[in-house]
Amino acid sequence: MLVLGQDEKAKYPFLADAGEYLKDKGFSLVQFGSDPVLKLSVEKALHRIKVAAAGEVYKSDLIDGQASKDYVLEREVFSFLLAIVLIKLTGMSTLIKRFALAESRRAENYLEKDLGNASNKSKIDLATRIIYDLFNIEITKENDFFVIPVSDYLKHSVTFHEREWKLINRHVENGKVFLTPDKTVRLIRKELGNYISSKIINAPKPSMIPGLENIVNELILISKKLTPTYTITTGEYPPCIKHAINVLEKGENLPHSGRFMLATFLLSKGQTVPQIVPLFKNAPDYNPRVTLYQLNHLAGTSGSATKYTCPSCEKLKTQDLCFITKECDNIINPLQFGKKRT
Amino acid sequence: MNEIDIKFLEDSFKKYYFNHFDLITSPERTSEREFGYQKFNSGMFRHISLKDNKELHLLFMQNIPSDVYCSNAYYAFPNSPMSEKDWKEADLIFDIDAKDLNLSCRKNHTISICNECNEISKNTSQCVKCNSTKLEKKSLPCKNCIDASKIEVNKLSNVLINDLGIDKENIHVYFSGNEGFHVYVYHSQFQQMGSKERSELVDYIMFRGAIPETFGMKKFKPNRSLFPDFNQKGWNGRFSKYVFGSKSKRSKIISELLDSGYPSFQKTLDDVSENIGVKIDPNVTMDIHRIFRLPGSINSKSGLSKILCTDLTKFDPYADACFLNDDSVEVLANCPIEFKLKNKKFGPYINQKISLPTYAAVYMICKKLATIA
Repeated sequence: MLVLGQDEKAKYPFLADAGEYLKDKGFSLVQFGSDPVLKLSVEKALHRIKVAAAGEVYKSDLIDGQASKDYVLEREVFSFLLAIVLIKLTGMSTLIKRFALAESRRAENYLEKDLGNASNKSKIDLATRIIYDLFNIEITKENDFFVIPVSDYLKHSVTFHEREWKLINRHVENGKVFLTPDKTVRLIRKELGNYISSKIINAPKPSMIPGLENIVNELILISKKLTPTYTITTGEYPPCIKHAINVLEKGENLPHSGRFMLATFLLSKGQTVPQIVPLFKNAPDYNPRVTLYQLNHLAGTSGSATKYTCPSCEKLKTQDLCFITKECDNIINPLQFGKKRT
Repeated sequence: MNEIDIKFLEDSFKKYYFNHFDLITSPERTSEREFGYQKFNSGMFRHISLKDNKELHLLFMQNIPSDVYCSNAYYAFPNSPMSEKDWKEADLIFDIDAKDLNLSCRKNHTISICNECNEISKNTSQCVKCNSTKLEKKSLPCKNCIDASKIEVNKLSNVLINDLGIDKENIHVYFSGNEGFHVYVYHSQFQQMGSKERSELVDYIMFRGAIPETFGMKKFKPNRSLFPDFNQKGWNGRFSKYVFGSKSKRSKIISELLDSGYPSFQKTLDDVSENIGVKIDPNVTMDIHRIFRLPGSINSKSGLSKILCTDLTKFDPYADACFLNDDSVEVLANCPIEFKLKNKKFGPYINQKISLPTYAAVYMICKKLATIA
């Protein structure tokens, strides 16, 4: 178990045990609804959520990661814990997501600074300990770099869409990947976000605290405005899918990876296996039994029951299956083609 | 395949399995593996679990399979349906196949068998007799094919050892029994990695998806000091050796690259990928539920055995993986291409009745280029 100093609790408040922290300080939740001094913390919590909801990172009152006064530190931790309570009271999952993301970005800044702080070994040690304790990734320092095993790197990087995160674009040596402090921290951003959101999700839902009703209602309104809606701009298939269909229609060979893309795309669009089978009839090696077996497998109706999803644009690029046009409009998966977020 | 041919192949295989059981050893942690086998002219039997070597031998003797397979994965319940097997981990396996190497020699030793009229010819686009385009292609790989595959194996081993930190002792190279090699990696940090992660590893090994910035080329304000150098480890070092050629040319070539600009650098990377990327079959490595030909078993596409190569440089599959007997047998052969087995030349045969040693007869029958007379 990590032993945190005062400043660390403010920097990484999600590591603190919420209930224990309040008890240690001699407070109960109900007091925050009525006590005018404690209300300052509630306002700070509200501000913290609003900033996160707007997609920004909350700037704390810490100076260079240090709390100038004890009460500043306390308010930092209180506002975080109260924000969780408020979000739980709204019951809005959009808020959980946004708050977890913003808080993880905030923690990321501190982790990055701590890792990059070449003169302070104890700061580096704490940051690597946090990463190890939370995500079971062992990071060691080699000169100016942080090195992690290739398998650990891949476990996290496969979810990234940017090409620079492909292993080929990293310095790899002797089974290890060499990363700068910012990349090291960026690698665990999602897990950090997941960790914080799971803390919120798993926290018990408190009963309404008298005096906080208005704040909770305000947050519910904010959250409702955030839920995105999509408008369909075109019903056409993306160019990669059109190309694949063309190849098959001409009776030419579409590689396995192309067939996988086409089938998973159509399945995700709600087509059924019998609707998709005829597309493959012209393939030079068409075998109805095999086609049916493979489609059912992809649809998750046979075999491992895993439903396969359409590969990302990045993956398709490396398989020479991408035929990008300007209509693609920065999508990262063919399934997003022709939908616009409004 | 007709029944007489099948009977002959089964008899020959059975003799091999009876006399060469020493070549077949059950893999480590046998009871956690899934086994499968095929018989001639029939489908695949999968989801079989075996306790030990004894049970494996029994499978061979009772079924006389044409091909036997074993999973690279370890399961809690190998004989359950796929979704209930409870996957634990899998050895990392690479497949290098001569047919994927775009070799110029291939057209010289590829034969087409017409699906409509069974005509055999060296024309690979359509049947010379009935003009049908439905052709089954059979290749009799040559020394060049094997040598080119060996080069890829060596390239792969280099990346595995130097970049991915795998101990040399944990890399086992097997001749696949037909046109290439299977490279097994045991006890690595990658054992528990899933399919997506393995696919990323494949891209690394094949040099796919590289961006110019990784190799020193920036979009804005490019700077020559960022380009890689010869003594660097990993792909940076290999890139230098391939693109710059020699230390004396490095500076001049960097100037040329800077002059050609950022978009053209992507073409340089494509060229690097094509020439020094390792040519492995990506689908094989990323499949964590596949069953692979069992080492020591015969490949029914050739009659040759899948066999461990202890000295890859000296390894000659047509001598070292050919274990069937020399008993003479009469076949009707239609094999327009010469081939060599156990250091003896055979063919070409044009619709010829001829007596041949069993191993050569099996080779041609497996390739559908002969039948028992």
